Amino acid sequence: MKEFDPGDAPSIASITDQVRVLAVGMPAASIHFLGDTAVFIGVEENAAIVNEAGEVSKVAIHGGAVLCAASDGKRIVTGGDDGKVVALDAKGEATVLATDAKRRWIDNVALHPDGAVAWSAGKTAYVRSSKGDEKSFDAPSTVGGLAFAPKGLRVAVAHYNGVTLWFPNMAAKPEFLEWAGSHLAVTFSPDNKFLVTAMHEPALHGWRLADNRHMRMSGYPGRVRSMSWSVGGKGLATSGADTVIIWPFASKDGPMGKEPAMLAPLQARVSMVACHPKQDIMAAGYSDGTVLIVRLEDGAEILVRRNGSEPVSALAWNAKGTLLAFGTEDGDAGILEF
Amino acid sequence: MSDLSSQKIPVTVLTGYLGAGKTTLLNRILSENHGKKYAVIVNEFGEIGIDNDLIIGADEEVFEMNNGCVCCTVRGDLVRIMEGLMKRKGKFDAIIVETTGLADPAPVAQTFFVDEDVQKNARLDAVVTVADAKWLSDRLKDAPEAKNQIAFADVIVLNKTDLVSKAELAEVEARIRGINPYAKLHRTERCKVQLSDVLERGAFDLDRILEIEPEFLDAGDGHDHDHDHHHDHHHDHGHSHGGLKHYHDEDMQSLSLRSDKPLDPTIFMPWLQNLVATEGQKILRSKGILAFTDDDDRYVFQGVHMMLEGDHQRKWKEGEPRESRVIFIGRELPEQMIRDGFESCIVT
Repeated sequence: MKEFDPGDAPSIASITDQVRVLAVGMPAASIHFLGDTAVFIGVEENAAIVNEAGEVSKVAIHGGAVLCAASDGKRIVTGGDDGKVVALDAKGEATVLATDAKRRWIDNVALHPDGAVAWSAGKTAYVRSSKGDEKSFDAPSTVGGLAFAPKGLRVAVAHYNGVTLWFPNMAAKPEFLEWAGSHLAVTFSPDNKFLVTAMHEPALHGWRLADNRHMRMSGYPGRVRSMSWSVGGKGLATSGADTVIIWPFASKDGPMGKEPAMLAPLQARVSMVACHPKQDIMAAGYSDGTVLIVRLEDGAEILVRRNGSEPVSALAWNAKGTLLAFGTEDGDAGILEF
Repeated sequence: MSDLSSQKIPVTVLTGYLGAGKTTLLNRILSENHGKKYAVIVNEFGEIGIDNDLIIGADEEVFEMNNGCVCCTVRGDLVRIMEGLMKRKGKFDAIIVETTGLADPAPVAQTFFVDEDVQKNARLDAVVTVADAKWLSDRLKDAPEAKNQIAFADVIVLNKTDLVSKAELAEVEARIRGINPYAKLHRTERCKVQLSDVLERGAFDLDRILEIEPEFLDAGDGHDHDHDHHHDHHHDHGHSHGGLKHYHDEDMQSLSLRSDKPLDPTIFMPWLQNLVATEGQKILRSKGILAFTDDDDRYVFQGVHMMLEGDHQRKWKEGEPRESRVIFIGRELPEQMIRDGFESCIVT
């Protein structure tokens, strides 16, 4: 399919003409806003910083592939196949935070609101506190994902057969949440009550942290590569199917025994999701290049970008929710102001 | 080969028991003036001298898939590394995965069947096993890993042939053939082999499953074997055939099935699927070219343990005998059961 085909669906509002095309010139692995400055992290070597006039400036961050990136809104931290952990600020200043002694790949990074940074290389997870103390933890197998809990200094380390909750500042034994299979990305719900992993197989797994009750969220045709909590943590929007799948987390039981909402179906797979930080709307990017804004309440859609390109590979809102930026695997990029 | 599959990056899996010469072959591949760039995934990172820009240390983490199938194992670290490598597409032409000497090649191969993202970007080209001419016969007796690596191979580089006598060489070759008569076998000293003999083999490419014939090396006397197509070698133990000794390995063997009469696809397909589902742990590799009733196309399939892939390949040529041929290489194969099952698929 080359053109957007609404098929049987009612025709939807389009704001494609309001998108400002950005000459980023590289495939985007992720986008992070530092204030109102959009920063595109390339799949290799560079980041592209977009100022308010839409001008793009490139910054070299790694000597090879950029494998991971995280942001706290003030800076972006990336890990590369050059074994380096690099911090980038809105001015475009890149600082090497750490270099792996064996030049192993830095597979995962995470940032804590208080300034602590975590990364992993192979089986080892590291945390450097805001004061500069460094601690490490060896997982039983390669670390698949890292996340800081919203409260306290607690790190979720996803690996094969489960997740370890590690408290870097405490002598306490790390807590192990077991579930068979390979766990990759990991995320805490904003209220700190649930932990969810995206697995190697096309499914999510969740734990209610109060009692470690399990939640299996499956049925996806493809692996879930993008997850985003809706405003207030009411739902977890996910990629991996030909509709956006949103699991309900508003009640104390989370999605246990409940069906997810399925919104914005297209003849393409959802590749990226990004929930609005203030309102019950979200953006969804698809494998055919389509970008939609979707109202969570009723699934109403607005077309931001037509199909006809490589998959949408990066999607982000600024913290105020006034800017939405997207990037694709073939290097197209755009920004929309509300 | 379709355009899509030719864009996929070829992956060569390099196996071989400890000390057979894997690193020698790897360095030979990398240092030869071929104008190609390889990404190399190795174990024991940094402990071996390999001169290459893109070299990645792996942890050889074998994971079971959560699908209730115990032999559905994949290399979890490989999934992660492939994902990272794909970000550097265009910086290399091919990938070589070197396994440790004790590794089973199956999880590596299965990673390329099971993982959707890996499959989208890369294709398994061949499993190349380096074997030590002097010690392989002993290892086949005491190391199940060595036997697995021979059974699994598409290409066998029989190395260090200068360290053995002609008789010893004939002996070890016969032992290899007793396990895997289908792999291409190259005799080498210091792994001196044509790169085209180990790379770009397309051994897992359905379009290139053209012939499934046992490969018999001539014994150096220039005598070519005239295959008697109604004679099955695998029934015969340690017999002499054109001057070559044949062995039948006690537990690892190959099984070849053949029919001049067409097969009924409505019986064959469920039979094959059920066979690999129930006996897949024993079946390391399978391949077949099939002539179905009322079908002018050749059907081809190949499999690793329980995983199968198959497709219509091309029209049968005029005058080409419409013969079905299936091979299994495996451990303690239930031979009579497989033969009876195959017979039941033949339309008489």
